[in-house]
Amino acid sequence: MNEIALTSADRFDIRDWLRLEMFPHFLCPGCGHGLALRAFLWAVHELGIDRDALAVISGIGCAGRLSAYVDANTFHVTHGRPLAFATGLKLARPDLTVVVITGDGDGLAIGGNHLIHACRRNLDLTCLLLNNEVYGMTGGQVSPTTAAERYTTTTPAGNCEPGFDACKLAEGAGATFVGREATLQVPTLKNLIREAIAHKGFSFVEVISDCTEIFGRKNALGNSPEMVLRQKAGMRPDNWGNKVDRPFRPNPFPTGVFVRKTRPEYLELYEAMTAAARREERD
Amino acid sequence: MTAHLRNLQGNAACALGAIAAGCRFYAGYPITPSSEIAEWMAAELPRVGGIFVQMEDEIASMAAVIGASLGGMKAMTATSGPGFSLKQENLGYAVMAEVPCVIVDVMRGGPSTGMPTRPSQADVMQARWGTHGDHPSLVLAPHSVAEIYSETIRAFGLAERLRTPVVLLYDETLGHLIETIATEPPPPEALLERKWAEGPRREYRPYAAGEDLVPAMARPGDGHRAHTTGLTHDETGFPTQDPERVARLLDRLLGKLEHHRALIEKVDRVETEDAELLIVAIGIAARAAKAAVGALRRQGVKAGLFRPVTLWPFPEEGFRSAVATAKTVLVPEMNAGQLVLEIERLAPAGVTVHRLGRYDGEPIAPEEIVAAARELVR
Ligand SMILES: Cc1ncc(C[n+]2csc(CCOP(=O)(O)OP(=O)(O)O)c2C)c(N)n1
Ligand code: SF4
Ligand SMILES: [Mg+2]
Repeated sequence: MNEIALTSADRFDIRDWLRLEMFPHFLCPGCGHGLALRAFLWAVHELGIDRDALAVISGIGCAGRLSAYVDANTFHVTHGRPLAFATGLKLARPDLTVVVITGDGDGLAIGGNHLIHACRRNLDLTCLLLNNEVYGMTGGQVSPTTAAERYTTTTPAGNCEPGFDACKLAEGAGATFVGREATLQVPTLKNLIREAIAHKGFSFVEVISDCTEIFGRKNALGNSPEMVLRQKAGMRPDNWGNKVDRPFRPNPFPTGVFVRKTRPEYLELYEAMTAAARREERD
Repeated sequence: MTAHLRNLQGNAACALGAIAAGCRFYAGYPITPSSEIAEWMAAELPRVGGIFVQMEDEIASMAAVIGASLGGMKAMTATSGPGFSLKQENLGYAVMAEVPCVIVDVMRGGPSTGMPTRPSQADVMQARWGTHGDHPSLVLAPHSVAEIYSETIRAFGLAERLRTPVVLLYDETLGHLIETIATEPPPPEALLERKWAEGPRREYRPYAAGEDLVPAMARPGDGHRAHTTGLTHDETGFPTQDPERVARLLDRLLGKLEHHRALIEKVDRVETEDAELLIVAIGIAARAAKAAVGALRRQGVKAGLFRPVTLWPFPEEGFRSAVATAKTVLVPEMNAGQLVLEIERLAPAGVTVHRLGRYDGEPIAPEEIVAAARELVR
């Protein structure tokens, strides 16, 4: 058997990236957000990013709470607004790697407008949207991604709105990198996040997460491993679009990278277009 | 540096004052009667290596300004009533997380969309109490184009030095009024600056403050790796609901501006030494009041003007000494009675307080103030 020599610097130990003084953490047992955090930190580790030059900005929600656990420059801002805060921070400090962690409520309901314009603007930010189909933090109300007919505390008779596809939204709004993975396969998710952070321009990653305690219970989706298996049943790896077994897979969603393109990055464009003014002497 | 004499409108003076103060980031959303500030900043900021961005709304503008300031840039946004309402939640975040920034509110008639092109002074209380929760407010109210320039510079100094949002409040008339002013950038050593965290990370506690109650701020990249949150936090910056620590944070936040009143307060007094009738006014109404004081004096009425240039925290001591000889106070303001509430609260026993208000989109004229004053002293 081949042995691969790993130096300790290469090896990923999540504890190296966490603020252990914040433990025990607040997540419910089995919550998918923990796996998403693991994949994110693993990606950052593999990219060799200097934690002093890493900024993590999150909104409000269970997803939003994650920034506090990361040993980096972290900002827990207002509900729905992390992309707008990140826009200011990145414009002021292009030397920082700026990553936004948001939820389906935070990023698609109250913060939907900021997402649209961040995609369009193409500033070099990475947005990780942790989609658990519900407002976890506030106790399980319906969210913009809750599937039709699902039960939540504010849809006691079932959801009469369709859930919407965040990746299609991001693509339509002009994001230059768009992808989706589930927490089922952390290494695959890590690879996707890694590519998203390395991408120059605005990158959007939807993470299919699970709110086991609230959404899972309410909809009798079983325990945490059972919910993760449900992710597996719904996945279309590498965007196959295979429709043959659709009847057996009730909630299919494609995974993989959907958009990977280059377009001038916002700040580079701003600097180029204002170059003449920048050279002008002020009277 | 030689002073440049220029004909400028108030909004242009605001933009140039900001740049003179070292502002290098502007995020905004267009709204009458403030849009010229954004237009000037869009043209001027690149020349000094700064960044201008028009965001998707006022909420995003306020957020971007705070984000840029967290990154270490002096940052500003400008708006008017409807946009000022939208900024309030994030303005509260800047109070709580102690992020320096300047917010300009060029007041127009309200409520709601109101009268976009007509002046008003009806945001006096929104500027004080607009965001939720117990919080201090620092609001400056200039009354001329020259003062818009100098107060914008002062706003940045106070924001940076005290780690607080500062609101610059003036009305549409002043925003569009053109006057000749000297734009003389202050020398860098005259500017008040932010305290940055120094020393090893081990010893740094992001919200630990010394006697001046202002904690040193961590600059991302300097190795402190701090956490910033709008949740109630202790000195480590991490959330807490421990009653003792919660109270300690709020005591310090509320006490911070009180502690620095000497630095913050600024008043203007015209003939108040022997005034029996004291007029209290801000902004364009104070311009009319100044003219009225002159006219009343010529008619033998001992009138004076007290003008809180720092509107909030209200300069209580300055007012008390100005009102010492007065029997009557008149508060002309372009709203249904907001500043007058504070004057009623502070007026000594035996002094009667009257208000002269209009909210029809017209500025108050000196003659109206003279007529109202003559009624009172008859
Ligand atoms: C302006 C504002 N409105 C409402 C709330 C209450 N709130 C907190 S978190 C949240 C929803 C979070 O849902 P999501 O983004 O999906 O995150 P999750 O908890 O599911 O990870 C809401 C509505 C708030 N904090 N601020
Ligand atoms: S409420 Fe749901 S989303 Fe929040 S921590 Fe618990 S399982 Fe996770
Ligand atoms: Mg959610």
